Formats: sequence, structure tokens, C-alpha cells
Amino acid sequence: MTPDDGPAQPHDREARDRAAATKLKVIDCDVHHALASPRALYPYLAQRWRDHLDRYGHRKPTPFVSSSPYPKTAPALSRTDSWPPNGGPPGSDLAFLQEQLLDRYNIEYGLLHLLAPSGMDERNQELGAALCRAINIWQHEHWTQKDQRLKAAIVVPGEDAAAAVAEIEHWAGNSDFAQISMITHTIEPLGRRRYWPIYEAAVRHGLPVGLHTSGFNGHAPAASGWPSYYVEEQHIVALSQQALAVSMVCEGVFARLPDLKVVMVESGFAWVPSLAWRLDAHWKRMRDEVPHLAEPPSHYLRRNMWYTSQPADEPENPEDLRQIIDWLGWDRVLFATDYPHWDMDNPDFAFRCRMSEAERRMIYAGNARAVYGFA
Amino acid sequence: MSRHIVAAVGEIPPGGRKLVTLNGRDIGVFNLGGEFFALLNRCPHQGGALCRGSLTGLVTSTTPGEFTWSRAGEMLKCPWHGWEYDVRTGQSWCDPEDTKVRLYPVTIEPGERLAKGPYVAETFTVSVEQAYIVVEV
Repeated sequence: MTPDDGPAQPHDREARDRAAATKLKVIDCDVHHALASPRALYPYLAQRWRDHLDRYGHRKPTPFVSSSPYPKTAPALSRTDSWPPNGGPPGSDLAFLQEQLLDRYNIEYGLLHLLAPSGMDERNQELGAALCRAINIWQHEHWTQKDQRLKAAIVVPGEDAAAAVAEIEHWAGNSDFAQISMITHTIEPLGRRRYWPIYEAAVRHGLPVGLHTSGFNGHAPAASGWPSYYVEEQHIVALSQQALAVSMVCEGVFARLPDLKVVMVESGFAWVPSLAWRLDAHWKRMRDEVPHLAEPPSHYLRRNMWYTSQPADEPENPEDLRQIIDWLGWDRVLFATDYPHWDMDNPDFAFRCRMSEAERRMIYAGNARAVYGFA
Repeated sequence: MSRHIVAAVGEIPPGGRKLVTLNGRDIGVFNLGGEFFALLNRCPHQGGALCRGSLTGLVTSTTPGEFTWSRAGEMLKCPWHGWEYDVRTGQSWCDPEDTKVRLYPVTIEPGERLAKGPYVAETFTVSVEQAYIVVEV
């Protein structure tokens, strides 16, 4: 690509023209809000837990006890121009998020994913449950009630399924919450039965489960060991999501719960066909080991899972991506920016392959509207 | 094409920059050790405000275990995805064949000559004693 010799800011103008011509609205399936400070949750925590955090802090199953591997290419993992002018970390100021993301890109709905704290990877499970409740109240008060375009995820302490289900029951039916979210680096792979009550509750309430790669479980995110470089880790998070997908399929979660919707967030989708082909081949030979899988694994990967787009896979020949989406199904891909993170996708640039107007509308909004049941 | 007076020479120190809008285009003017360069403030990759990025050097290596750090302050890193551009040429480091940010000609002109015109200097009072940075758009 080379910059245009034409009038100023050609891309902006084209984007505006396109938006005006088609009223193309965008549903952004990965928006990161953030606490203005670690104490922002204190008003929603009992005195006991405020004291606990002051005295003992967080205790997580991570080998990086006091040296969380940050920064990851940029402070706070974020675009360097995303720090709010009024202070606080990127994503912590609603007005600035509205200006830089929602208003600028004509976002109809933004699906919020809070990365930290999660509650779910606290070793102290009571603290984890208290944090999840506090996070959800904070999301409701400070974000979704203030801008109806923003939809939160019910953050649950998923290692304690009973507590997680209680949290779901508390918020289910509140349209500010469009899905349930869990960390993905968990004590056991997320297909295991200890997590099934959470999936049953999700189906009961018609809520998708959004799985954004996150959290700590003490294991290396790559099965081969700890990465040395961030460039490795940046890709390895997608590999850990693939392991998670294999677990959910093979354990029979989707065979048991055909209506369960799982949205895989920020792990790409170009890997899905090759994963499915290999699993299908194994399934044909070893089907009697997993007789609960009535259908080949590819069936569940295309029936029960959806995949957010960012960071968009960029084959050298952009048209190759079309073949992958053809295989996957054009209803499977959900557009996401990942704002304010450094690797965010601008909706005007995210896909370099050709798309028909109908395909564009599906990926940028229609598919998400169907998955999340937005009117 | 029109020529615009964007600053007095002393206004942008070495390592400094000034963001201006000329003919509706957002442009960043950089001073690299006394040489001036003007780049379109728009990353060709995904449209980030490139000229608000950090200036850094170039780290290169011929073999694992060895590296060279060079050209301090001459590489501009986009605030979004971190793509690096050579401020002197506008070329992308990772995709030099196909990706280039628009560069505009810059000259230094004495105020004495500028006072005669024809230059666009709406926001300036040109003094004959000073030298000015002029960008052609």
C-alpha cells in the first residue's frame, strides 16, 4: 500500500462515504475497559475483602510471583495514543473510549472484556467470588448503565462452579449483560465436567460464553514450555485457545449441550480448518474411544463456536482468507477491534480480501447480532 | 502544489517535532540533528496517527547473539501496531518494497526571501532576520 496522492485523508473519506451509503454499523466483539485504579472496586467489596487485599493482596497460580510479564510491546499493552487526557490507564475513561472507539467507528454495540482482575484465577476462591460480584456491579454502574452501546460479560469465578452459577443467576435477564466470561488458562481444560454447570446455566439463560485468552493457571501457555519472547507469546495465546477448543469438543460439552454458544475471542480463526481436519481424521479411527461424539469434531467447531476477527489473519494473498471463511461459514466470524490494545484492528482496514456487501454486513454486525440476540 | 511556512527554524529543536495541518492534510515535521523531514501523519498500515509515535533507533542482527543499535532517533514507531518507518525516506522497515509513508519536500528559507512571497503563512508574521521551515504540499 502507498498513501494516496489524492485529497487529504482518503481512507477516512472513503469510510465515511461507505458508512453513509450503506449505514454500515459495526458490532465490536472485543472492547477492553479498565479500572481507573486497583481500588476502583473497593466500594463494591466488603470491608473484610478490602482489608484482605491491603494485607495479603492477590494470590494467583503463577510462577511470575511479582514480575508479571509486562510491558508487552507497549505500556499497558495499549496504543500509545489511548491514554486518557484526564488520567488513568487506557480504557478507564468512558468519555475517551466513546470518542476514540464508539463514536469514531460507528459502533452499534461494544462487547466488554475486562482482563484484570478476573476473580477466577484467585487461589482464595471466596475472594474470587467477591471480586467477580464487585466487577459485575462496577461494570453495570460505570459502563453499561452510562452507555447502552456497551454490553458487559458476567464475570464468574469459574473454578468454583456453584459460585459461578450463583453469579450467573444474579445477573441473568439483565440486558446489560450479553454473555458470560471466564479466563482460559484454567486449573483444568475448560471441557472438563467440573465446568459443565456453568455451561448448563449459560444455555438455560440463553447467554453465550465468551472466552478471551487470559488468566493464570501456573502452566506455560504453550504446551512445549515457557516462551522466551513476546513475539512467541503473542502467537501462543492462539495455540492455547486451540487446546481449549479441542478439550471442549472431545469432552463432549457440545454433544451434551447442543445449544451452547462459545465465542473464541482474540485467537484468530485461520487455524480452525486444519484443526478440524486432523481431529476428524482421528475421530474416524478412534470414534469408539469417544462414543459421545455422535458427529465429527468439525461439526461442533462450526455449530457451537464463533470466532472474533482480531488480530485478523493476514495471508500474503488476501483472497486466501476467503477460502478459509468459506470453509468455516460466513456466519462464524465476528468483527472485533480489541481497543485500546496496541494490536487493535481499525474496521476500515481489518480485512484486505474482497467481500460482498452481504458478507461485510454479516461479519461487521449481523453475525454478532444473531449470536448475542441483539434486536 | 503550495508552499507553507510551518515554523521558525529554532522552534523545532533536534529530536523534536511539530504537527501541522496543510491543505487539510495532517503532517508531522521532524528535526533530525538539524535536518528537517515532513511526513503524512497517517500510518499506511491501518491509519494510526503515525507522527504521534515514538522516535527510536534501529536494532539489527546478522546472527543470534549479536546485535547492532544504530540510527538513534531516526525511526518513527506507529503508536498503534509499532510499525517502524525511516523518517528520512518514509520507508517501512518490515515492508520496504510496498509500504511507504508520504514524505513532503522541506526547505529552509531566510525570512528576507519569504517576505516577498508567494507563501502561505496565515499564522505567521515573518521576520526578515530569521530562517523558516517551508513544506511543499
